[in-house]
Amino acid sequence: MLRRLLITFALLCASAAPLSAEKIVLGLSQDEVAITATFEGSEILIYGAVSRVAPAPEGNTGIIIAVSGPLEPVTVRRKERKFGIWVNSDAVEVDAAPSFYAVATSAPFTEVLTDVEDLRHKISIPRAIRAVGTGVSDSENFTEALIRVRENAGLYQVLDNTVSFEQGTLFGTSIALPANLTEGMYSTRIFLTRDGAVVDEYVTQIPVNKVGIERWLYELAHQQAFIYGLMSLAIAIAAGWGASAAFSLLRR
Amino acid sequence: MQIYLPIAEISVNAFLLLGLGGMVGILSGMFGVGGGFLMTPLLFFIGIPPAVAVATEANQIVASSFSGVLAHFKRKTVDLRMGVVLLIGGLIGAALGVVLFNYLKSLGQVDLLVRLCYVVFLGIIGSLMFVESLRALRKAKSGGAPTRRKHNWVHNLPFKMKFRVSGLYISVIPPILVGVAVGILAAIMGVGGGFIMVPAMIYLLGMPTKVVVGTSLFQIIFVTAFTTMLHATTNYTVDVVLAVLLLVGGVVGAQVGTRIGVYLKAEQLRILLAGMVLLVCGKLALDLLLQPSELYSLGVAGGH
Repeated sequence: MLRRLLITFALLCASAAPLSAEKIVLGLSQDEVAITATFEGSEILIYGAVSRVAPAPEGNTGIIIAVSGPLEPVTVRRKERKFGIWVNSDAVEVDAAPSFYAVATSAPFTEVLTDVEDLRHKISIPRAIRAVGTGVSDSENFTEALIRVRENAGLYQVLDNTVSFEQGTLFGTSIALPANLTEGMYSTRIFLTRDGAVVDEYVTQIPVNKVGIERWLYELAHQQAFIYGLMSLAIAIAAGWGASAAFSLLRR
Repeated sequence: MQIYLPIAEISVNAFLLLGLGGMVGILSGMFGVGGGFLMTPLLFFIGIPPAVAVATEANQIVASSFSGVLAHFKRKTVDLRMGVVLLIGGLIGAALGVVLFNYLKSLGQVDLLVRLCYVVFLGIIGSLMFVESLRALRKAKSGGAPTRRKHNWVHNLPFKMKFRVSGLYISVIPPILVGVAVGILAAIMGVGGGFIMVPAMIYLLGMPTKVVVGTSLFQIIFVTAFTTMLHATTNYTVDVVLAVLLLVGGVVGAQVGTRIGVYLKAEQLRILLAGMVLLVCGKLALDLLLQPSELYSLGVAGGH
């Protein structure tokens, strides 16, 4: 299916004449992700092509696709043994860490991108996290721990060699979004690299939103908190009474 | 079947939640405890954010306690007068507890305090109850008459009041103080406080065990309803979808539990509750003593 999509896509954009020498043209399987009551995660298909006016120059070309959730501050705490018990001691506040981050490449990461370019474009996971001015001497341990915890939860994904890149023109991959997704704009960046240097960059946003009853409850809880609280209590009382009544009927 | 929780913002298995609710509901009906001290750690374990777990748990306890108390009303095992006196103390305590909680939060380490509270209180209460009910059970087997309660300092205080259902004529000061103490602990530990209330009523106030359960449930409804509203309006952490799933299992479980409770002797009931309390205490103590597999934990930043 992916292959057919890629081919039709390539035919479509072949006629569009690009302005610069090499340009990324992109398509997405869905423009937005809707979180419904039975949301179990989602998969986005990201596909596209590189359009050129002249034949491709010499060198190894590669594609990097990075999908990032909204940035938010996170506190990372470390436990330490004090008086025989394990307690939280040091804490580092990470100023901005994406709630979700997946980086997919067409070849091993170090082959498609140099360190310098990574630093400039902030593509790899450690670079996508911003932590400054911490009071702890080994703050890199804390950011490493943040990445480790989120990787284990499936929120941070390193997907080397998962982008198919055919004849240096057509590319495509699928990114699995987990069920415990937070709302917000998910920025999707696609980089075309040659010998580790970024040649072209394409940025788009995928909105992730709650819909239907999920949306309604969320809004009610935040905007009409008192009514929401009373509603929760009413449901609780009704359920308690209902079960009691049902059981006394059963016993009769 | 997976269900996405709108406030907790994660997706969980609906049947898992129904099962958890049912299991804790049975305990709630049997012992007159809200079950929060079991459910809250269980919710942490399946990945619900702690703030949401604590707030939603309060809402769920309202439902299971209400269901349980109706069954007790039918059997006339609720001392309404005692319940109201305890409740007055409980609401004062809960308000004080929230203030104390926020103060400790500003100092940091509130997490540790909550855990230590659990270990210390569950440990003391569990072992006291266990020893006492073992002794009572042995005495019942040897055929000796149960010893009559002795008069102690509790009976020499002013403002005496008659509690007919409990068969007590005591001062209102001890019940109010018990209510305040439980209210404070309930707010800090995020539970209904039944597991502290029940032994306090038996051993401090000298109430009959059969009345204790219904009266405790009655009082818990109001304290947890108060806590739910507090959490819903200040922290927006009550997840109604999670609560509904838990309470559907919970109310059914509470009904079953109340019926099981009728067939058990008071001493057996107490020994079972003591065993459960000690089990949870042991688990929490081990968590503090053993080296955790992941030393680092993530928390929501901000709040200052």
